[in-house]
Amino acid sequence: METQMKPILRAKGIDKFFAGAIALDKVDLTLYPGEVHALLGENGAGKSTLIKSLTGAYHRDGGTIELDGAQIDPRSPVESQALGIGTVYQEVNLLENMSVSDNLFLGWQPMKRRLLDHREMHRRAREILKGYGLDIDPTQLLSSYSIAIQQVVAIARAVELSGKVLILDEPTASLDREEIELVFSVVRNLTSRGMAVVFITHFLDQVFELCDRATVLRNGCVVGERKLADVSQGDIVELMLGHHLEATKRRAKQSSPGETILSMKGFGKRGMIEPFDLDLREGEVVGLAGLLGSGRTETCKVIFGVVSADQGSAELSGKSIRLSSPRTALEHSLGLCPEDRKTDGIVGDLSVRENIILSLQARQGWTRPLKRSRINQIVDEYVKALDIRLASPNMPIRLLSGGNQQKALLARWLATEPDILILDEPTRGIDVGAHAEIIDLIERLREQGMALIVASSEMEELVAYSTRVVVLRDRRQVRELRGEEITTDRIVKSISQGETAA
Amino acid sequence: MIAATFRRVLPQLLILGVVLLLNFAVFPGFFHIEVQNGRLFGNLIDVLNRGAPVALLSIGMTLVIATKGIDLSVGAVMAIAGAVAASVVTGGAGWFTALLAALAAGLACGLWNGMLVAFFRVQPIVATLVLMVAGRGVAQLITEGKIMTFLNEGLIHLGAGTVFGIPTPIVIWLAMGALVTLVVRRTALGMLIEAIGINETASRLAGINSRVLLVTVYLTSGFVAALAGVIVAADIKGADANNAGLWMELDAILAVVIGGNSLLGGRFSIVASLLGALIIQSVNSVILLSGMPPEFNLVIKALIIIVILVIQSPIVKQSIYLLRAKASSTVSDMPGPASRPQPAKETRS
Repeated sequence: METQMKPILRAKGIDKFFAGAIALDKVDLTLYPGEVHALLGENGAGKSTLIKSLTGAYHRDGGTIELDGAQIDPRSPVESQALGIGTVYQEVNLLENMSVSDNLFLGWQPMKRRLLDHREMHRRAREILKGYGLDIDPTQLLSSYSIAIQQVVAIARAVELSGKVLILDEPTASLDREEIELVFSVVRNLTSRGMAVVFITHFLDQVFELCDRATVLRNGCVVGERKLADVSQGDIVELMLGHHLEATKRRAKQSSPGETILSMKGFGKRGMIEPFDLDLREGEVVGLAGLLGSGRTETCKVIFGVVSADQGSAELSGKSIRLSSPRTALEHSLGLCPEDRKTDGIVGDLSVRENIILSLQARQGWTRPLKRSRINQIVDEYVKALDIRLASPNMPIRLLSGGNQQKALLARWLATEPDILILDEPTRGIDVGAHAEIIDLIERLREQGMALIVASSEMEELVAYSTRVVVLRDRRQVRELRGEEITTDRIVKSISQGETAA
Repeated sequence: MIAATFRRVLPQLLILGVVLLLNFAVFPGFFHIEVQNGRLFGNLIDVLNRGAPVALLSIGMTLVIATKGIDLSVGAVMAIAGAVAASVVTGGAGWFTALLAALAAGLACGLWNGMLVAFFRVQPIVATLVLMVAGRGVAQLITEGKIMTFLNEGLIHLGAGTVFGIPTPIVIWLAMGALVTLVVRRTALGMLIEAIGINETASRLAGINSRVLLVTVYLTSGFVAALAGVIVAADIKGADANNAGLWMELDAILAVVIGGNSLLGGRFSIVASLLGALIIQSVNSVILLSGMPPEFNLVIKALIIIVILVIQSPIVKQSIYLLRAKASSTVSDMPGPASRPQPAKETRS
């Protein structure tokens, strides 16, 4: 039926380059009136870049946009809003300290003799919100209402100002189930009036519940446009992750892991990660697989004590321990290379040298500084062993490339000679060469008897080095794959069929 | 190490030199130093001597600012320390007991600030504002609202006496500056303080105990503030809870800024802050020696300091850098300005 309709928005061949890198490569997006269209893809696939290029927040480097059959070229979100494309972001972009009416009408307030017409404003606000099934007092502060209601106010504002296309960027990320229903009903109401809605989310269940069609992006390209009625979640996951069907070499074959060193029972943190059991043995790599937001990072964080667990117990080599802070984890010979290198990993203005010895020095305490000669020896050793490319160890680490920063962070932890190393997305955002080197390193460390936990969104990678793969979904462990079971196919299946296995 | 420090403080040394020459220009006898009654006399000695309180404060302030914090309470802590010292000696105890009591009071103040910042996560500017306001009240309670005078020779010596002919305050701030610099640079303290100032989340994840470090820097700040408070009280032979150290926290912050330390935390140099304190005192001296009507003082001081800060601003630094880059025709293949040999003004140690 869509094919007979005229599209309300048609973007063709959208290109966007960032400093030489291709962020969007001839991306097409077609929206029909009355549909909810999901825009899917892993982090960095180009969803946000596409939205920003469409609304004029970014200046696109190529391609055309047609709205209602007419070419448009918005230069700013304000302009695209005036043309009819409204956007609502995950974090409500409204002013909490002003009233609901103020928020709805900011910038286009009803006036009476050059003065604000408060009465008219509140009256119209009440009327508009009624249309969304909200019977609230618009004179109250926005902050006195729940996030879901704020989200609906944001949607109402965007619709009033634009009215043809509404883009929702992760609108449900911080909502609970009932609140999600509220937002969904608002969206359905809008599409029944003929609007087109673009829905961006990481929650596939919601996609299948709400959306009619989906465009899937990977590495800045459209890898598929599907009618959701015709496909399964597994198909979509496969498209998103782009797992190649040619079998990936399994390198971590039947290894013989040593004794259990870390054992966790019912370990978890409410609201962050459901309780899980995990036994970690010397000489094994436990891979954590799952979509974004599935609990990979949360698992790493709770083990390392970045947030302390509120349930369950942990034993290290048979002795009960409390992992309450990174500092205690460090004292128990654990290490964590965090997912977000820039904010959680590097100390940007310190030199590479200082960054490498930071954890070792932190463990020794400030009163016992490492000797200059020892520092140089450690730094030289790891710069060489990990092939960190730098002009001088004295240069600030922020000047290094992503891959070299990651290697320096690995060096920081390796210098503490950990028994257990947790790597969260160790290969994210680094170039191909460094990528392969880090995978080799994981392999080498495992052979030397270290126990590793590696969280990654790249299936091939997990298959390559994991001795076991734990699959997470909706913040709980749903499946553990061992030996021959570890294939990208099985991982993808476990991710998409999570609820049946649990 | 010494060469790097020298490069780091070169801009401050140059500015100090210029301001001292200004002093010389308005008062040709400025550099004249003589010995009278076994004590060094001269305008230059006065600058070093009068600059002692701000110099001391700037030591602690540098560390606090390096952690992205600020300590507004140091002026009030000076008043408390002075009041404590005065009340202890007037109570009949010796000068040393009085000094220890004052220093203990300073440490207690530092602990209070440090706990608020490190454990209760109160923003430093708010946490220390509390003590800035309340501290003066505490000092007034101790002195019972009067200027509490004393005649204890030992205590007075700390502010007005000499050690081998050098005024005691000079000896105290030089010794304190050297001691703290050595401690932070010879141990890992300096690096860890810089790390939490640059990126506290990453530092915590690297296993650094940021709470202990934060408390340490506020303790240091309280300690040096107490020393400064004792010196000021000893100098006037009395504790004046209303005026001792009044607005001096702002001079201390200014000294740190003139020292080229970023208020956003991170890399720091105590030596540069001490030079900053001397620059401020030299500016005061120019104004006094020029014989200008006193009502001009604050305005002229502000003008001179604005000039100093503009010279140090990123825009001016950048243009100096660009000028140099143009001048040297050899093109480096290193990416970005920071990885090539740097002009002295941009080097940090």
